[in-house]
Amino acid sequence: MSAAAPATALAAGLANCHECGLLAQLRAAGHGARCPRCGAELHLRKPRSLERTWALVIAAAICYVPANVLPVMAVTSLGKTEADTIMSGVIYFLTSGDWPLAIIIFTASIFVPMMKLAILLFLLISVHRRSSWRPVDRTRMYRLTEAIGRWSMVDIYVVTIMVALVRLGNLATIEAGWGAVFFGAVVVITIFAAESFDPRLIWDESEARST
Amino acid sequence: MSARLVACHDCDLLCRLGAVPENGVARCSRCGGLLRKRTRNGLERTLALAFASAVLFVVAQSFPFLSFEMKGNVTTTNVMTGVVDLYNGGKGEIAALVLLTIVLAPLGQIGLLLYVLTPLRVGIVPWKLPSAFRLLRHLQTWSMMEVFMIGILVGITKLLGMATVVPGLAIWAFALLMFVLAGAAASFDPEALWERAEALR
Repeated sequence: MSAAAPATALAAGLANCHECGLLAQLRAAGHGARCPRCGAELHLRKPRSLERTWALVIAAAICYVPANVLPVMAVTSLGKTEADTIMSGVIYFLTSGDWPLAIIIFTASIFVPMMKLAILLFLLISVHRRSSWRPVDRTRMYRLTEAIGRWSMVDIYVVTIMVALVRLGNLATIEAGWGAVFFGAVVVITIFAAESFDPRLIWDESEARST
Repeated sequence: MSARLVACHDCDLLCRLGAVPENGVARCSRCGGLLRKRTRNGLERTLALAFASAVLFVVAQSFPFLSFEMKGNVTTTNVMTGVVDLYNGGKGEIAALVLLTIVLAPLGQIGLLLYVLTPLRVGIVPWKLPSAFRLLRHLQTWSMMEVFMIGILVGITKLLGMATVVPGLAIWAFALLMFVLAGAAASFDPEALWERAEALR
């Protein structure tokens, strides 16, 4: 890393439009300023990024508990009802020998949401502690959470397809459970959480140190 | 083209961005963030893929994509019946989420790509281009066709143990749509769009 303070848009008083990527001059009283090209609101940094990300991460962590404890779907076949949680779905595939599917579901439904929450929590704490530890790797971790969040939706779609196909009256029906609702909430809230975190905060601190 | 000043979206470093070669990528020298990706004939390619997506979308949504047979009883389903079944089962929240990510967001994404790129192709700046562009950017996050495809595959495998599952016409349209729409999103180059619009003004 060079000894001189790197030239950032912030230091130059320029705002990078987060929608179209235009660099725009931001005047001192820049509240409510809009991008001259695409009309998006301009900010030097995402407004209240840490507070909003904290709130969303905590909300997602709370929803994560019922999402895993409550059944995602209930199969009623010939009068008998069997409830499935996310984990029992994974175990079902494991015991029936479908381990590729067990890996897909485990990754999408358990590993990805947990990793996303863990990374966001780590980034929040590192920014609060003004850490200058490996900013490049932390930025990479952020980009990863942004990219993988959508893949958690797989389980929601599996439930949708099963509910839609299996409705044979007394013979067999499948109903979505509250676990699926909470799980959907986790996915949506973590997508918003990743969106509200500003990775430039990771760099602001290492710049403040090097000057 | 002279070098232009841009800032990295991820670390805020100011970078001089010269001409990016066709099919080339420019990255931030400090954090490796994507500054610009340029595809050959980017706008035309995106437009063509958006047209193909529109056709496939109509087929995928209007024909049944799976039939399920158990002891002589047959149910067929498409996406909308799935949404309605979830809603009737008291899980309106999931129904809304599926409706948004599989129907509304992809539909809006395809529609807006056509709305923005078709006029630009024939030399007209579309009405309210900035608003359409911003809406497109927001909808892209929630368009999850490719994830749905994985969901279909897992769902089929689960049901195979219970009864016979017959794939319908729409499932092929879905599979193609997944690739074509991902291609449209990947080749979309906002910078080229603004350059074209500016040249026309």
